[in-house]
Amino acid sequence: MRLGTTISRTFVAMMALVAVAAIDAPARAQAPTTAPNPTADSVNEDLLFKQDPKIHGRISIPDQKAANLIQPQGREWRLFHEGWMPWIGAAAILGMIAALALFFFTRGRIKLEHSEESGRKILRFNGFERFTHWMTASCFVILALSGLNYIFGKRLLMPIIGPEAFATLAQWAKYSHVYLAWPFMLGIVFMFAVWLRDNIPNRIDWQWIKAGGGFIGKAHPHAERFNAGQKVVFWMVTGFGTAMGITGLMMLFPFYATDINGMQVMQGIHSLIGVVFIAAILAHIYIGSLGMEGAYDAMGSGKVDLAWARSHHDLWVEKEQAKTASGPQLRPHQAPAE
Amino acid sequence: MARMKFLCDADRCIECNACVTACKNEHEVPWGINRRRVVTLNDGKPGERSVSMACMHCTDAPCASVCPVNCFYTTADAVVLHSKDLCIGCGYCFYACPFGAPQYPRVGNFGSRGKMDKCTYCTGGPEPDLSTIEYEKYGSNRLAEGKLPLCAEMCSTKALLAGDGEMIAQIYRERVIKRGYGSGAWGWKTAYRETVAI
Repeated sequence: MRLGTTISRTFVAMMALVAVAAIDAPARAQAPTTAPNPTADSVNEDLLFKQDPKIHGRISIPDQKAANLIQPQGREWRLFHEGWMPWIGAAAILGMIAALALFFFTRGRIKLEHSEESGRKILRFNGFERFTHWMTASCFVILALSGLNYIFGKRLLMPIIGPEAFATLAQWAKYSHVYLAWPFMLGIVFMFAVWLRDNIPNRIDWQWIKAGGGFIGKAHPHAERFNAGQKVVFWMVTGFGTAMGITGLMMLFPFYATDINGMQVMQGIHSLIGVVFIAAILAHIYIGSLGMEGAYDAMGSGKVDLAWARSHHDLWVEKEQAKTASGPQLRPHQAPAE
Repeated sequence: MARMKFLCDADRCIECNACVTACKNEHEVPWGINRRRVVTLNDGKPGERSVSMACMHCTDAPCASVCPVNCFYTTADAVVLHSKDLCIGCGYCFYACPFGAPQYPRVGNFGSRGKMDKCTYCTGGPEPDLSTIEYEKYGSNRLAEGKLPLCAEMCSTKALLAGDGEMIAQIYRERVIKRGYGSGAWGWKTAYRETVAI
């Protein structure tokens, strides 16, 4: 019984083996007849590009960045930088200049309105605030010009002064761009720390915006230390300044935080924000100097005419005067309290 | 005039890196810069291929287009060269290049990358041919001596071909027809907007 079972099991196993061999046989017999095809699994440029936008491999030199064989994304960046950016930049900056000129010739200079308070001064920005403003501003002007040089220099300046002189200038522009970025970023941090308190949006800003900021018509809407327009400038400068700083650092320290595609994107953001920033600051410069009588003193001497302050920042003046009833904010020759 | 190109036959390249070494030695390329490199794709897997890559001297070169000081120029042989006197080391060419060719002596050191360096197709630079100053800035000028780039000249398997585009494409085409396979002219579509039709 036992033996019979063993025999029958062995027979079944043998039959199974024969069957497997029979199935396997044609496959084995076919293999040697086909010549080895070395390209059967070979990598192919088109297929690799379908899997990934860049072709990456292994490299035996220490520079691992060189392991990217082909990364064609630079073509899109080129199209953006050479095809679009000069037009975007020109439109933003020339557009703003045209708008400001139009405003100047229609509305004219916003005049100082005289009152019985004219001639008296109130301290608007202290020494540190003015230092912060001018450090950031002077850096900004050079950063803006040297930045625009990357886009427009070869198109506008190089044909006039020749390649050698232009290359020397561009070299110095590049150094100033890279080194002045640091005091600029420091200035942005200072500005944020010093002026954040007075730039939190509130209800008064909404009223100011609804009244058109007093640009249209003669009425002066109420405003605290900074009106809604100035708050927009504050948030624009700190926001754009931070964005410029971050994108700029990504390019200053290549491969620390991002690869080549990241740097292309960073450069794109940097240049786009850059031209918008420049255009916006042109408006800021206009209203702080030519556009409004009495406004420049705020950042010049730091002291503004009380009549000007009363009409443009009435709530701030009230607060300051309440804070210092004896009037250390005001010149001693003001009417003494009796 | 010829239209000089490189073509790497990946089915022949054995990743010996002799082209890399030859280039470094011929031009005394500084430490940290590799004008030519060999990249191995699908390393260790079936179908592994190695491709030797350097500046492809593109048609309508992106580096030249984005350069803010226009320091690039194309020679009569269609070799893309640049002037290290004009280069300001901004890094734009290095953002634009599809082949990672432009490199800088001090890439991690902010603001002072130094002058860009890349493959010159053994054609030197804007200085007088075969002058010492040209050698110091750009390396040797083999084309002026009537020779082709050393990387391709000394390639042991003749995987790397340099010369007139039509001619090297023909050599590659004949190889592919004879042996029955070929993984294509790597980078040609990106660099020249064309490929070698078999």
